[in-house]
Amino acid sequence: MTYLADVAALAKKDLLLELRSRDTLPAMLLFVVSTLVVFHFSLPSGSSDIAAAGLLWVAIVFTALLGLTRAFVAEREQRLMDGLVLAPCDRSAIWLAKGLSIVVFLLLAEVVALPAYALFFEPVSGQMVAGILLADLGIASVGTLLAAMAAASRARELLLPLLFLPLAIPVIVGGVGASVADDPARYLGFLGLYDLIFAILSWASFEYVVTE
Amino acid sequence: MTVIVARGLERRFGSKRVLAGIDLDVPEGAFVVVTGPNGSGKTTLLSLCAGLLAPTKGTLDVRAERRELGYLAHEPLVYRELTALENLELYGRLYRVPERRERIGMLLERFSLWDTRHERVSTFSRGMAQRLAFCRVLLHEPRLLLLDEPYSALDAEASELVDAELRALAAERTVVVSTHDPERLAALATARLALA
Repeated sequence: MTYLADVAALAKKDLLLELRSRDTLPAMLLFVVSTLVVFHFSLPSGSSDIAAAGLLWVAIVFTALLGLTRAFVAEREQRLMDGLVLAPCDRSAIWLAKGLSIVVFLLLAEVVALPAYALFFEPVSGQMVAGILLADLGIASVGTLLAAMAAASRARELLLPLLFLPLAIPVIVGGVGASVADDPARYLGFLGLYDLIFAILSWASFEYVVTE
Repeated sequence: MTVIVARGLERRFGSKRVLAGIDLDVPEGAFVVVTGPNGSGKTTLLSLCAGLLAPTKGTLDVRAERRELGYLAHEPLVYRELTALENLELYGRLYRVPERRERIGMLLERFSLWDTRHERVSTFSRGMAQRLAFCRVLLHEPRLLLLDEPYSALDAEASELVDAELRALAAERTVVVSTHDPERLAALATARLALA
């Protein structure tokens, strides 16, 4: 219970910081909508629905990358990670709380992105929404770990995309598959497995990322 | 009981050796003043003792758990977009401080921050932020205090407040403090470590 209380306190802090600074979420919203607008005009008329679904997933992954780039800005700029690392809580609670706030930001971005997608391309299906929800968990798990790693590096703006995008390929494969396949269960299962594996790996390794 | 034992402690950053050959024994209840010019490794030594850095060579044994350790860094380690109260609430929860509200209120009063408790730290002066950092460090009543330049950015009144705090702490805690003004702490010091 104390672990969950730590996670709740840290996640509340992250959401409060965003509410006050409004650094990340407005940028994510603007980015995802403008990306879909660009895709709308760049996709030739008569293109397949599969191509449109693929573009939605590209927009989601790059929007997530934008949010992840900002995830540890306060901790990095004010060296606050030292303060959190010194606290006697389990350090994975920092990862879980940050991951939860990333999920919230992604969900809010998607609340805007999906109607925009429906407007520009095609209606949003239930299987697409299920795929996106599962993908959000995977993106947040692996992305938060990589964002913490990148934050400790001088070349963080380069490092995060280089580490994150290759690991996001299975998310795109599973997400596009879940969005367009006649039987999406296999792809949803794949996304669920990805979430599980990377959540366990990230949870277990976060301590080593934030300590020397 | 010895709280900190270091033998042949060395720390490098890349090819640059910041600390070398440090042997240190800090007994329980000691008040150790660490002095030295800029770049002599005072901050590095305290970061090593806090567990934020690992030694490159040698051994360092700090016999205090994380909950028993209070570290005052160069930066106040508080969130600028949160209020003073919200910052202390967060740390109070993470350190599981009993009777958290009362303890926070008492510290804010003691460091003359009660009236500004609902203001964001981003509006604070450097001195106010340093006083808030003291509140954060003392919140969980640590057994071992590592204080890096505690007087930095403080005006005369706040410095006297810190003097009084350190006098009280010296009687009941183990304190390792780095400073450019060792004379100020001469009356409290039980040992002095001069880094070159």
